[in-house]
Amino acid sequence: MAATSDTHSHEHGDHAHNHDHKPSFVQRWLFSTNHKDIGTLYLIFAVVGGLLGGLLSEVMRAQLQFPNNHIVTEGQEWNTIITSHGLLMIFFSVMPALIGGFGNWFIPLMIGAPDMAFPRLNNISFWLLPPAFVMICIGLFMGESGSGWTLYPPLSNATYESGMGMDCTLFALHLAGVSSLLGSMNFIVTIFNMRAPGMTLHKMPLFIWAELVTAFLLVLSVPVLAGAITMLICDRNFGTAFFDPAGGGDPVLFQHLFWFFGHPEVYIMILPGFGIISHVISTFSKKAIFGYLGMVYAMVGIGVVGFVVWAHHMYLSGIDVDTRAYFMGATLVIAVPTGIKIFSWIATMWGGSIEFKTPMLFAIGFLFVFTIGGVTGVVLANAGIDEMVHNTYYVIAHFHYVLSLGAVFSIFAGFYYWIGKMSGRPYPEFWGKVHFWLTFVGVNLTFFPQHFLGLSGMPRRYPDYPAAFAGWNYVSSIGAYVSGIAFLVFLYVCFRTFTSKEHVADNYWGEGATTLEWTQTSPPAFHTYPEMPRIS
Amino acid sequence: MRIVKWLLAVVAGLVFSFSAAPSVWAQGVVGAPHPWEMGMQHSYGPIKDRIIDLHNLVLAIITVITVFVAVLLMWVMVRYNARRNPVPSQTSHNTILEIAWTVIPVLILVVIAIPSFRLIYYQDRTPDPDMTIKVTAHQWYWEYQYPDQGNIDIESRIIHDEDLKPGQIRLLEVDNQLVIPVGKKIRILTNSTDVIHSFFIPSFGVQRYAIPGRTIETWMEADQIGTFYGECNQICGQDHSRMPISVKAVSEADFKAWVEEAKKSASVAQLPKIASN
Repeated sequence: MAATSDTHSHEHGDHAHNHDHKPSFVQRWLFSTNHKDIGTLYLIFAVVGGLLGGLLSEVMRAQLQFPNNHIVTEGQEWNTIITSHGLLMIFFSVMPALIGGFGNWFIPLMIGAPDMAFPRLNNISFWLLPPAFVMICIGLFMGESGSGWTLYPPLSNATYESGMGMDCTLFALHLAGVSSLLGSMNFIVTIFNMRAPGMTLHKMPLFIWAELVTAFLLVLSVPVLAGAITMLICDRNFGTAFFDPAGGGDPVLFQHLFWFFGHPEVYIMILPGFGIISHVISTFSKKAIFGYLGMVYAMVGIGVVGFVVWAHHMYLSGIDVDTRAYFMGATLVIAVPTGIKIFSWIATMWGGSIEFKTPMLFAIGFLFVFTIGGVTGVVLANAGIDEMVHNTYYVIAHFHYVLSLGAVFSIFAGFYYWIGKMSGRPYPEFWGKVHFWLTFVGVNLTFFPQHFLGLSGMPRRYPDYPAAFAGWNYVSSIGAYVSGIAFLVFLYVCFRTFTSKEHVADNYWGEGATTLEWTQTSPPAFHTYPEMPRIS
Repeated sequence: MRIVKWLLAVVAGLVFSFSAAPSVWAQGVVGAPHPWEMGMQHSYGPIKDRIIDLHNLVLAIITVITVFVAVLLMWVMVRYNARRNPVPSQTSHNTILEIAWTVIPVLILVVIAIPSFRLIYYQDRTPDPDMTIKVTAHQWYWEYQYPDQGNIDIESRIIHDEDLKPGQIRLLEVDNQLVIPVGKKIRILTNSTDVIHSFFIPSFGVQRYAIPGRTIETWMEADQIGTFYGECNQICGQDHSRMPISVKAVSEADFKAWVEEAKKSASVAQLPKIASN
């Protein structure tokens, strides 16, 4: 990348030649209606959320490094930490990065639109998040939200979690949910109405397809979560008994509602990553994506089937055996479109001329870890086997392989792929690669041994465990420290990038990068596409 | 060999006859996690046998798939890197290939699904249970009731670190174990009086949530005499990690003796109350 920027920097100079009007700092960053600025705010927010969530995971791994450890002394304190870790990583790190961050930045740029359809809606959808973040932190620091991120009543109701911190956490989810809803409506309208002439749905870049499917999943699932937590808030504060058997309610109803949201939610976190990985692999293999239509409809299929598999999280909640059989079959089916995507990515690389720049390393790393996370999902889908690994560290390992490794690898792939476009400056290639290798080794060392712990029966959400589990927990904790160091390297990469004096060209990746954003300057003008681009 | 067995039987018989019944049950096997264990805990029951069989099948399949993907990745990285292959091909379609990687996974899933369906119907509940145990979860202890044995009711709490005797396993020992006869089909009915817990015994391959307001049925069977450990497996508050399950599987004769003993001690415990009325 440095070489590219050397040869091209004199041709393009810096963004000083963008003569468009830029508002003052407060106008620009607090009242922002510009999709690029809002995208930047989302990305910064995601890093902050990821830092706090990551800090909590280091505390957790430190506590679990040895049995009978006393870093976290109280069970309630522990439960609050794990709850906040989960909610922070999902709602305040992965989603803001993949949807709010890259989505806002690149949907208009890739479809040739000057901005999002509803710029003010875009602004409020971001500014709902910081108060939500504050409320999550209140729940955390008051030590009063120890229900696990799944919030199952009765543990989350007023009898067993009476503090205000729990209410704060629930309202935080309401705010984050409204934020996602508004954002995704904006995405859907933008994508359907503001594509450049000639860009039919079947010519749309895969990242746009991924964000479109994600937005639909959000619009259909978040209201169900909102309903569930509203009922929970009423149970807690207004004497209703939706989930209280003493008043004719049912705790399992909450599980149904929660997972009707919660399962699409996991696809919400990974689908935009699929889009990014497709572009990165295509760019660095210098080939068009293999089986474009198959890739599109695999994502649509994952989105549709993702809505009808929710009760596989509830195999042990006493649902009927025939119901379990159905949910098991439906869950296994999801492996098919996921397999199509993995093989299509490999086929894209096949015959290519592959360059191993940092984004590509993260993309290939993604293929590997996502495959592992995917196949352990097939194991968990089997209700019979799930009886032994449900709620154990096997589940932790599985969903961290698809999210903490899969989604996060795709975020980093996107970061290294687009940071030159977004900032106009090159990232240090060497430190990018150091970051990749440290992350790859660290996270695998953290999470692979957790499969063994889970099979051997170690329950999740335990601050302390029998001595037999000590060995693999120790290895896992070492891995977490390596991953923590890797994140510091990432922060150093950011520092080096933003203080760099070099400038990158419009299309610094060359022939492989074919989407519309590469026709714009790096960084793009404050207002892009004053004239509509045409797609032939 | 037969002589050794015979001698052992004599010794066991001697020990048994010299001591008051329950404390001298032959120790039997121990179903607990092991250091550096990489697979499932050893099976001590027919359900777990089948779970392990299915898991072995699925594990083999997913290992092959993962290795296959890893080899493909290595191959494209070696063969199609920019140095060895400076001119990329322009192939972006291959209908046969795309059909193949859709149909073959479906077939693999069918291979997994057939035994898997059979397993869930087998482990769901048993049509002819020999006895029933009601498991009631509380924050943070377990309560076991034996409706077929005159409603014996025992509460089972963790033994705290300071009270552990040498040889006991930290965080897994309880004061009153769940005692069951070996080789019998035991219907389990779980319930809870406060929050959701999960009744989880890896050795037998059984786990069910304990949810307030509903009773969930499943079953288990121990195929050997011994002690088997499990833990609460659904977050339930402050002491979630401190409500273990310990099961003692004993011979039928020992079980009957234990039942008589338990009935007696239960009634003895109630006597003062009755007297005071």
